[in-house]
Amino acid sequence: MTAQEKSWKEIAPAGVCWKPSTKFLTGDWKTYTPLRDLEKCTRCLLCVLFCPDGAIRWNAQKGDIEFDLNFCKGCGICANECPTKAIEMKLE
Amino acid sequence: MFSEWKFTAKDIAEKPDLFLSGHRACAGCGPATVLRLIMKAVRGPTIVTNATGCMEVVASIYPYTSWATPWLHTAFETAAANAAGIETALKIMKKKSKIKQEQIDVIALAGDGGTYDIGIQALSGAVERGHDFLFVLYDNEAYMNTGIQRSGGTPLGASTTTSPAGTAIPGKLEHKKPIADIMVAHGMPYVATASPYYWRDLLVKVRRGIEVNGPAFLHVFAPCPRGWRSDPAKSIELSRLAVETCIFPLWEAVNSEYQLSAPSKVMALSPQKKKLVKEYLQVQGRFRHLFTPKYEKMLGDIQRITDERWQRLLKKCGITQPAKTA
Ligand SMILES: Cc1ncc(C[n+]2csc(CCOP(=O)(O)OP(=O)(O)O)c2C)c(N)n1
Ligand code: SF4
Ligand code: SF4
Ligand code: SF4
Ligand SMILES: [Mg+2]
Repeated sequence: MTAQEKSWKEIAPAGVCWKPSTKFLTGDWKTYTPLRDLEKCTRCLLCVLFCPDGAIRWNAQKGDIEFDLNFCKGCGICANECPTKAIEMKLE
Repeated sequence: MFSEWKFTAKDIAEKPDLFLSGHRACAGCGPATVLRLIMKAVRGPTIVTNATGCMEVVASIYPYTSWATPWLHTAFETAAANAAGIETALKIMKKKSKIKQEQIDVIALAGDGGTYDIGIQALSGAVERGHDFLFVLYDNEAYMNTGIQRSGGTPLGASTTTSPAGTAIPGKLEHKKPIADIMVAHGMPYVATASPYYWRDLLVKVRRGIEVNGPAFLHVFAPCPRGWRSDPAKSIELSRLAVETCIFPLWEAVNSEYQLSAPSKVMALSPQKKKLVKEYLQVQGRFRHLFTPKYEKMLGDIQRITDERWQRLLKKCGITQPAKTA
């Protein structure tokens, strides 16, 4: 959080979190970045399902997956689970 | 009894996340994947209530929330009590025509500490009273949020900060409490175990737990790289190995009738596919001491106990094995 967005007098009594965490970027946590080989990727979507951070999404229009590095923490689960070894983790 | 909804990878990928990106869980957090997945299986409007623990903390750091559905934090011990209250309130509001929705489902979420230990009386009571809700236990096998203390769900031999492996003890001396069997003993309509590698099995079980009338209990295996001293990239792999070694078998009990689920049936029907527990243990720092001469005897104990529990489960599922186990 940057500057105080609401003073304590304006906060709902029960402490309601009101801002979606998609406004809080966690992508700068990573030391490794996933790089996908487009040739090897079969669009099986397993990486989309297993990413703990929802940082890989299916773009139905493009018929392809997309990485959102703003949220990727570089854990390497996608690379580990990819059946065709299409993802490589590269040191930033 | 259940709708025949089959989840495909595309269905799930196309469904918007209800557990959002931007949460503060560690890289490679198993419970975070579990929450993302289970929230893809809801059937409609759903209220979630979450006991204190990692998943509550990482998803509700003020003013941010990672929940795109109504979500209520509750105390460490009260996930089930809170769910019971919500379910009852919804019932009354519906009776008084104060809500328009035909159906609003209620999910209670808690870790192993919030389920096996401090949350069990609230859970047992809510189930005994027959409230219609799904309780999801994400089991990362210790109190992770407060710094890896042992719980009733921590397995034999695991090193935690309150069962530290060293010169005095080889990690935790007690067994993992069979929490899902304890829930079956309540005579409740639906109990199941699941593991995220087997995502379709997990989603189907979430949906069944929601659809069933009355209380449902889902025990989900959820590797924690921070507390297990494991490679963050291996969290999902560990959730596969736990099933392949039969340390964490997958099953369902509908009205107390046990049935082995497909991923575990493989090991039951072809015992040669059942892996040795060593394969699962050796990739986790919390079991590192078991691979030293001083404590290697415990490895044998863990294998024996795993096999005994597996055989007991097969019996409950009415399965007689073709040959002797691996
Ligand atoms: C009554 C009470 N005692 C202790 C605590 C401190 N506390 C907060 S979270 C936690 C551990 C939670 O463990 P678990 O349920 O396994 O969830 P995890 O953090 O592992 O996800 C503890 C002891 C508390 N919040 N309330
Ligand atoms: S898991 Fe691998 S093959 Fe499948 S969609 Fe992801 S990158 Fe492509
Ligand atoms: S490295 Fe981890 S966080 Fe990043 S996209 Fe892959 S699975 Fe998601
Ligand atoms: S300590 Fe474990 S359960 Fe908690 S956020 Fe980190 S990886 Fe997830
Ligand atoms: Mg825990």
